[in-house]
Amino acid sequence: MPSSALDARAPFWLDPKVRSIFYQIAVLSTVGLLAWYLVSNALVNLEKQSIATGWGFLQRESAFEIGESPIPYSAANSYGRALIVGALNTLKVAFVGVVITIILGTLIGMARLSSNWLISKLASIYIEVMQDIPVLLQLFFWYAIFYETLPSPRQALNPMTGVFFCNRGAIFAIPESHPAFKYMFLAVLTGCAVIYLLRNWARTRQAKTGKTFPVVRVSISIIAGFPLLTWLAFGAPMKMSVPELAEFNFEGGMTLSPEFIALLLGLVLYTAAFVAEVVRAGIQAVSKGQREAAMSIGLKSNQVLQLVILPQALRVILPPLTSQMLSLTKNSSLAVAIGYPDFVSVANTTINQTGQSVEGVALIMAVYLIFSLSTSVIMNWYNKRVTLVER
Amino acid sequence: MKPFKLCVLIVVAGFIFSGMTFAGTLDDVKAKGFIQAGVNGGVFGFSMPDKKGEWKGLDVDTARAIAAAVFGDATKVKFSALTAVQRLPALQSKEIDVLVRNTTQTLTRETKNGLNFTHVNYYDGQGFLVPKKLGIKSAKELGGATVCVLPGTTTEMNAADFFRANNLPWKPVVIEQVAELTKAFWAGRCDVYTSDASQLASHRSTAPNPDDYVLLPEIISKEPLAPVVRHGDDQWYDVVNFTVMALINAEEFGITSKNVDEKLKSKNPELQRFLGVTPGMGQALGLDDNWVYNIIKQVGNYGEIFERNVGPNTPLGLSRGLNALWTKGGLMYAAPFR
Repeated sequence: MPSSALDARAPFWLDPKVRSIFYQIAVLSTVGLLAWYLVSNALVNLEKQSIATGWGFLQRESAFEIGESPIPYSAANSYGRALIVGALNTLKVAFVGVVITIILGTLIGMARLSSNWLISKLASIYIEVMQDIPVLLQLFFWYAIFYETLPSPRQALNPMTGVFFCNRGAIFAIPESHPAFKYMFLAVLTGCAVIYLLRNWARTRQAKTGKTFPVVRVSISIIAGFPLLTWLAFGAPMKMSVPELAEFNFEGGMTLSPEFIALLLGLVLYTAAFVAEVVRAGIQAVSKGQREAAMSIGLKSNQVLQLVILPQALRVILPPLTSQMLSLTKNSSLAVAIGYPDFVSVANTTINQTGQSVEGVALIMAVYLIFSLSTSVIMNWYNKRVTLVER
Repeated sequence: MKPFKLCVLIVVAGFIFSGMTFAGTLDDVKAKGFIQAGVNGGVFGFSMPDKKGEWKGLDVDTARAIAAAVFGDATKVKFSALTAVQRLPALQSKEIDVLVRNTTQTLTRETKNGLNFTHVNYYDGQGFLVPKKLGIKSAKELGGATVCVLPGTTTEMNAADFFRANNLPWKPVVIEQVAELTKAFWAGRCDVYTSDASQLASHRSTAPNPDDYVLLPEIISKEPLAPVVRHGDDQWYDVVNFTVMALINAEEFGITSKNVDEKLKSKNPELQRFLGVTPGMGQALGLDDNWVYNIIKQVGNYGEIFERNVGPNTPLGLSRGLNALWTKGGLMYAAPFR
């Protein structure tokens, strides 16, 4: 019989399917066993050295102060809240940094492609220099510039009313808090929703009738107009919180600390050089024929950019851009060196005061993993949307 | 099948090794031939390399005394400069054998951090250093000030307690590297520098203009600074503990590096026991019986170490104060060697 003949030739352990399942189980259980061994071994050794373990410390009073915090915090709050403050500080510098980096990097990348000799050379010099200096040195440089060259608060530079520069940071007058601002924020959100609907409507109309609609111009007026109208509706509140010199420092207004500014400057200027190269590569990846073809069918130059060049360039730009955004976020942990209270800095202090290094380091890894994964998820989603659909 | 076999081997080997009992630190140290000591590295007078790259300071000499006790050779010690944040994990993870880095003994560190503090080698307290031109007379006037402070220290928490208790607002500037933090302070990034008073004196002595700065009168905490070892290694604890006490007792007996050879001939049974003329003390610790002789001969007694590194004739100019012998109104008091 054929089947028994086959069986005779190939016993079940030679069946590739059975084998592959066996190998997978073997590998999985080995990894599991190793993980279990590492964890139990760590626990036994910590116990032996009578080092505390567990997450109970998160609820205990932190008893240390943090220099700057987006949410109310004092030494009477818990370690948990201190760590949240650290995470928010990291998010703050990473988010602002990423936005500025993309804008600056794009500008420099385009400048490098400029036909103007001077602009293009300046851009290349910037890129070459910034890429080659380690970012930690750049941080030290900007921080030192801040406290070495700027005067003390009493002799603060005052370039215009309500703006001060001194070795305690940049201090600005800001509008005093007023309920109107909450509604203005809501107005911006509403504006975004309206623009989204408008764009869809304009697209379907164009598909049906061929008529175009000035979406960009209308969108800009909506984004600017909605909050402006809300502000006027609330009677245009104008009261400003102006910084005033107290005994040691300015009070009132908004202060950007030297640590924050130095960190932001260092990260942005460094990463922007890489982003500029990414953008240049993306634009150069679109062949010249594409532009010529688009122009020859009568598209306007902004339409050429929007409909032909950008969709093809973004496809090349986005994946390396994502990795630059991730590296900026991770580099923000160098904040420790110049005293910006980011997550690593707060976690280090927590580790030191509680002695729970294993938990602390696990938290640091988890937080950066979450930041990086969520950035990746968003960027991958966007990347999928702009990927060319090949026909 | 090869990678799989390798994995099994690794796991099995891991189990075997984890079952092995670890030798004590004293045996480890003797086996490798030197002591790895964690020090500050940035505090002049306590631990800092001089211009020739040679380590100098009170903490450094304490570590050398331990090497003299164990090996009979004070040079058999290697130093790791550690920041406040790094120091405890470095000891816990056995990167260093002993931490002699102006570390304050606290309940949490003794218990939750799994450490043991030996005899205190410097009694300190936290103070405030301010520029003279601010015209401040008391720490109570510091409301609203920006304060430079090292992270991961008792200082950081004491400062938080002090400002909270006195209901004063403040802003910390926290930088891990001592050198970076002091630089920021000299440049005026902060109004105040707070730390242990001895460290402030040390930093001031290295300031661009030491006379522009003044220590405020308040001392807001108790900072017993002591060498630290890991929990659960009693033999090593005893060695370090009694090394510090030997330094103190030697000063009390009037034994110095200069007269120690003479004192060997003393008829006093207490001295004979102390210096190992009558054997027994060293052996009880797992050391040579002439261990105290080696310490004093090569490093000196506590008083000599103090005068050499931080005393009135050094740039720090610290008086003995709390660190005088108990017979002279201080707190330095060591157990009898018998």
